[in-house]
Amino acid sequence: MNSLILRTASRFLLILLFQFSIFLLLRGHNDPGGGFVGGLVLAAALTLYAIAYDVRSMRRFLPCRAQTIIAWGLLAAALSGVWSMFKGQPFMTGQWAHVYILGLDLHLGTPLLFDIGVYLTVVGVVLIVIMSLAEEVEEDD
Amino acid sequence: MIVAVLSGFVLALLAPSLYRLSPRWAGCVFSLFPAALALYFLSHMEGVVAGEAVRVTYPWVPAMGLELSFNLDGLGLLFALAITVVGTLIITYAGSYLHGHPSLPRFYLFILMFMASMLGVVLSDNLIALFVFWELTSITSYFLIGFEHDKDTARAAALQALLVTGTGGLALMAGVLLMGQIGGSFEISALASDNAALHGHHLYPLVLALVFAGAFTKSAQVPFHFWLPSAMEAPTPVSAYLHSATMVKAGVYLLARFSPVLGGSDIWLYVVTGFGAATMLVSAYQALYQTDLKKILAYSTVSVLGTLTMLIGLGNKLAIQAAMVFLMAHVLYKAALFLVAGSIDHETGTRDVRQLGGLRKTMPIICAGAAIGALSMAGLPPFFGFVGKEALYEALTHDNMLVTVVGVLTSMLLFAVAWLAGIRPFSGEETHTPKHPHDPPWTMWLGPVFLGCLSVLFGLMPALPEKLLSAAAGSVLGKEVHMHLALWHGFNPLLVLSLVTFALGVLVYLNVDRLQKVTEFALPAVRRGPSHWYALWLRFLNWSAAGQTRVLQNGYLRLYLGTIMTVTAVLAWYTVLAQADVGVIEFNWGDIGIHEWVLGVVTLVASIATVRAQTFLRAVMALGVVGYSVALFFVLYGAPDLAMTQFLIETLSLILFVFVFYYMPPFKRFSTRGVILRHVAIGTAVGALFTLLVLVATSVQWHPTISTYFSQNSYLMGQGRNIVNVILVDFRGFDTLGEITVLAVAGIGVYSLIRLRLGKGGGS
Repeated sequence: MNSLILRTASRFLLILLFQFSIFLLLRGHNDPGGGFVGGLVLAAALTLYAIAYDVRSMRRFLPCRAQTIIAWGLLAAALSGVWSMFKGQPFMTGQWAHVYILGLDLHLGTPLLFDIGVYLTVVGVVLIVIMSLAEEVEEDD
Repeated sequence: MIVAVLSGFVLALLAPSLYRLSPRWAGCVFSLFPAALALYFLSHMEGVVAGEAVRVTYPWVPAMGLELSFNLDGLGLLFALAITVVGTLIITYAGSYLHGHPSLPRFYLFILMFMASMLGVVLSDNLIALFVFWELTSITSYFLIGFEHDKDTARAAALQALLVTGTGGLALMAGVLLMGQIGGSFEISALASDNAALHGHHLYPLVLALVFAGAFTKSAQVPFHFWLPSAMEAPTPVSAYLHSATMVKAGVYLLARFSPVLGGSDIWLYVVTGFGAATMLVSAYQALYQTDLKKILAYSTVSVLGTLTMLIGLGNKLAIQAAMVFLMAHVLYKAALFLVAGSIDHETGTRDVRQLGGLRKTMPIICAGAAIGALSMAGLPPFFGFVGKEALYEALTHDNMLVTVVGVLTSMLLFAVAWLAGIRPFSGEETHTPKHPHDPPWTMWLGPVFLGCLSVLFGLMPALPEKLLSAAAGSVLGKEVHMHLALWHGFNPLLVLSLVTFALGVLVYLNVDRLQKVTEFALPAVRRGPSHWYALWLRFLNWSAAGQTRVLQNGYLRLYLGTIMTVTAVLAWYTVLAQADVGVIEFNWGDIGIHEWVLGVVTLVASIATVRAQTFLRAVMALGVVGYSVALFFVLYGAPDLAMTQFLIETLSLILFVFVFYYMPPFKRFSTRGVILRHVAIGTAVGALFTLLVLVATSVQWHPTISTYFSQNSYLMGQGRNIVNVILVDFRGFDTLGEITVLAVAGIGVYSLIRLRLGKGGGS
């Protein structure tokens, strides 16, 4: 699509929505949000950008191929479950710890890692589907 | 001991990487591993021979009461030594035989893995563990037979072996589970000491049939014997190791191991003895008219397996003793002969016995190894094969006339076969062969020579292996055994029988050409044997599978959805009508607020618009309205998480649909009136069903809702205040893990379907 307004807007929206998706991911445990929704938001933002420009321009934002993102997501989710097994507890028992960084009291746990895994998987899956379909359309144009 | 068994798997996995470090020495280095294991097992010899089995137990799945238990008794030790000693020689040999083969690293991977699995089979005391290792040998054997996977015949042979032994394996699994259930324990030693429950149970014949199916397919008993000669497609070291010395003996091992548990009954006696006797005679004859050196050896192996099976079936003290001696003699000479056959093939470029001759001049060392092997196989003194045959005759003559005749006939045929395979290629005039032969490097003659030396040594001094064999027979019989082996028993009927065998054997060998002609004449009838049935059965399976797939997986999404929905509607409506009390529904039209009415009407109108739309885009837009309306309902009822997700999913699927339209043909209506009516009927049934279910579910409270539990414990146990999220990532985290895995698979599936389409020249 060749629309100046959409192109300009999508660049700003991408940054904003990326931040928003991280926000959703991190607040998810206590307030509405979570890895799934966060992942969808980021994927939607990237899709918007791909529509405004093209898939190749959007691809620049990805550190690796979509398949690899999915793999990292699954790995993170699986690892978060294995953690507890080293302590002799059943698979996926939540592990929590208070971490103090820069005077902040962060309450971190394996469910967060799990949610990050969900986030990455969702982003990867949506992008892989959209890109597969869209690239073919672009190639034929 | 668990280290001894499992370290093989670890080394196997590391083998390809280690190989790259030093391709030249990899074979020799890897062969040190089985050598070390052999020494380890030898170090236990004294204790085991004294009757103290080494037993170790590790918890495996404690929740199910499963233990990984290993038991090193006489029988286990005999097999473990055969596996490790022959393994050492084979791996050394393979390094030269397959020198320069691009897949050599993979060969080491599979052969080491096979060795570890085989050790697992013969040392496991737990039935489940035994079965797992048993299947592992089938699978590694599949990969090893199909090692030359660019050859059609190799692939077909590998598949055949896997299907035949795999089917037997499934039967064995059922048998093992039944045994454990009926006998009350999965430990073989426990079952052996108390087998009354098994013998008295009305399912005992079924257990026997299942176990036999496993053992007979693995050990290639008639009528399942055809896979073993086909498996000769494997590289020769594999044939020597798997298909003569170790894996095919797993069935014999199983029968021997189970004979204290299941044996002693009439069915056992007649079935095992009968199958064994038929196998030994039929395949000894079949060996005689083969022209491929390896197939000759393969059929003679089947014959020996039959002999061992028959002896275990007879089950008396003499028979079991004879089985152990015969088994050891066979390992020594047959592995050697296979290695010789491999060397001949490697050096001359052919395995056809009709083309081979006079090799004694060009390959003297191999000739020596072959001669010892062949003479031992023929049962001539002073080799260990003679001791084995004497033990066999002693056991048979003490039993009855019929088995004695079968035994003598088989020995006579094997005598001729031995001459054919081990002596003829080396005698006579030199023939012209594709390659000019000479003695291979030391790694390739070490095996036959070493095994040949053992054949001579044990033949001359049978007292050496006596204790080990006694211990092995003892663990099969369940009591202490002291056997006395000797090369010279004096002039007695057995010696006469041996002499008769030799005379007959010479006679058969001299007339072997005439016999082959007769057989060639009758060959069409022979071809219609079990392998023909196998081919027919396979074709039938493929045909019926293809038919089912065409009906069930017809490729029409509307039919899939129609099937799913119809089945759901029929089953659920049946239950609702038969059991549910619809009267409990509390529903009041007055409770519906005006804004809800509006939203409801919008949803309804949008739904109708979706169905009636004349273009794809309109249909999808209308469907989007339905989706957003549902999201608004979520907002109204205080479910922000759901609403947010629903909005995003709707948006993304709209975009997705737009891209998909690109691939779609123009919108047209093809549905006939009947089809539309059918779809309306299904839709109405499902819609009404779910409306009813929701109404019932909200009105009735059979159990306390789980939401109370979640809301009470979400912060305490899940450390989060957003219940939905805590459920997703913690309480039901395992489900979520499964769901995102499905999601990932679906995503990659879409990618492969679109990007890697056939005819598009692969992906980017």
